Amino acid sequence: MSTFVSDTVNVMNRELKPVWREPMAVIFAMIQPLVFLGLFAPLLPEMATGGSALQWFVPGIVAMTALMGASFTGSNLMEEMQSGSHERQLVSPLGRPALLVGRALKEVVPMLMQVAIIVAVVTPFSFDLHLGGVLAAALVLSLFSIGVGALSFALALASKGQDWMFWTVQQTLLFPALLTAGVLLPMDGAPRWLEVVSMLNPMTYVVDATRALFAGTYPADVVAQSVAGAALTAALGLLVGVRAMRRSS
Amino acid sequence: MAVMTINHRQNTTGPAIVTRGLTRHFTSRKQTVEAVQGLDLEIGQGELVAFLGPNGAGKSTTLRMLTTLIPPTSGSASVAGHDVVTGQRDVRQAIGFVGQGNGAGHRQLGRDELISQGRAHGLSRADAHRRAGELIDDLDLGAVADRKVSSLSGGQRRRLDIAMGLVHLPRVLFLDEPSTGLDPQNRINLQELIQRLHAESGSTVVLTTHYLEEADALAGRVIVVDHGRVIADDSAARLKSGLGDLVRLSYDDPAPLARAAARLERVPDARVEVSDDTVDLRVKDGSAMIGELLADLAADGVPPARIEVARPTLDDVFLDLTGRSLRETQQTASTDTEAATNQTQSEVAA
Repeated sequence: MSTFVSDTVNVMNRELKPVWREPMAVIFAMIQPLVFLGLFAPLLPEMATGGSALQWFVPGIVAMTALMGASFTGSNLMEEMQSGSHERQLVSPLGRPALLVGRALKEVVPMLMQVAIIVAVVTPFSFDLHLGGVLAAALVLSLFSIGVGALSFALALASKGQDWMFWTVQQTLLFPALLTAGVLLPMDGAPRWLEVVSMLNPMTYVVDATRALFAGTYPADVVAQSVAGAALTAALGLLVGVRAMRRSS
Repeated sequence: MAVMTINHRQNTTGPAIVTRGLTRHFTSRKQTVEAVQGLDLEIGQGELVAFLGPNGAGKSTTLRMLTTLIPPTSGSASVAGHDVVTGQRDVRQAIGFVGQGNGAGHRQLGRDELISQGRAHGLSRADAHRRAGELIDDLDLGAVADRKVSSLSGGQRRRLDIAMGLVHLPRVLFLDEPSTGLDPQNRINLQELIQRLHAESGSTVVLTTHYLEEADALAGRVIVVDHGRVIADDSAARLKSGLGDLVRLSYDDPAPLARAAARLERVPDARVEVSDDTVDLRVKDGSAMIGELLADLAADGVPPARIEVARPTLDDVFLDLTGRSLRETQQTASTDTEAATNQTQSEVAA
């Protein structure tokens, strides 16, 4: 067990080195969410409740950033599978599960950096910062990122030698996941079938809780559901990811 | 210069590698490709061994089994005293591996990768830093170690890959086609580097190559592989000397050519082949009997118009063993095995 922990830490440290060396890359990776924030937010009407639209929209963009960053991350592994550095690590004493778990855990770091940037960018505008809530939401989002990252790595391993498969699956799932989680538009008044899809999407609960927590409220049921949704994503991701890594050669 | 010594965690008296009936099949589209068939090998500690053979001969598959990347279909292998299936982690701890691609991640810095590799092998943070520094000096990577790997030239990356394979002073170092993709100058530099590291460390070095010159120049022992089987296993010098020199006599007219051929048939232990305008004589130490031979032919009144003497090459050895030239085989190499390897890799449980 202790080898698993030290192996995982070693893998995570290696994965984080490019992040520390080139922190700007973390910003480039979030161009898309920032574009949504800049171009979409001004179009939003004031909320019926009288709250600021930004207050509603920003948490969704934060969740979107987490989903995008973590779902793209498998492409890094794919690059390493092509170059040969994945093979080299498979021959090293690092355990297969650690090669997956260390990578998935690392996803938390760029995600937190991106959340910090978004919050810093919007706070001067009509967005009330509730630091405690943001930090609590960051914990849920961390768990979610680990799960999505692990799934992305599993997809990369399954797509060995077939890049198109990774990108097709990732792109096909990305926007339905975002839209049915109510990131861009609220799901209120959605037709029944869409409502069901939304309820089955674990990200829905992550987005709902992020909104509540960013507003400085702590509704126990919403938060509990989001933790369950994120934990389920993480458990599924790690299970599938470790299986895929064990088969990797 | 870093003085390297072997990791003495295991007894170093036993053989470094033993295989018994080592076999690997790949199945693709209901066709079974027997990539490696019943390999029985014993490689001693400190040997420098080259697996030579055309593409698809089973060299890389053998290496992938010995380095725990894929399990054998049947048979067994032990490396540094550990079974490649039941003792995977011990094997991985004991070996260095330089694959066909780049071991160093392209987004990483060379020095970072050396340190990470050291940490993966259980070196302390301080030791990993120190060892990375030693290897950077020893392999002349000082100017590029703190640059992103993607910006390095092919030769620099190869040296970095080898440095990574040496971080933990491995008992056995495997190199899979190390010189593929390098220009001739870098290839020679690499061969010198491998020979120097082998001499300094006393590690066992096993490499695969389809370059005849490389196997010839580099390895103390050449294992010639074809269609998944070992077809020869000896030092390059002995493999070649068994074959003899090639003496080629050219004639402008057919009449003296026939008489010369008849005369040459009387040379003991020689093989004679006649074509339209040449007579080929394949005989041990042919270069030493040239003078006598020419005098005899001149005395018979059939001196050759031109004469060539060629020492045997490993290609001649391969040709002699298989009836095919390794150089030609390379061009039209059957890629069956490789295609099958790619197809079934996802099915292979590690």
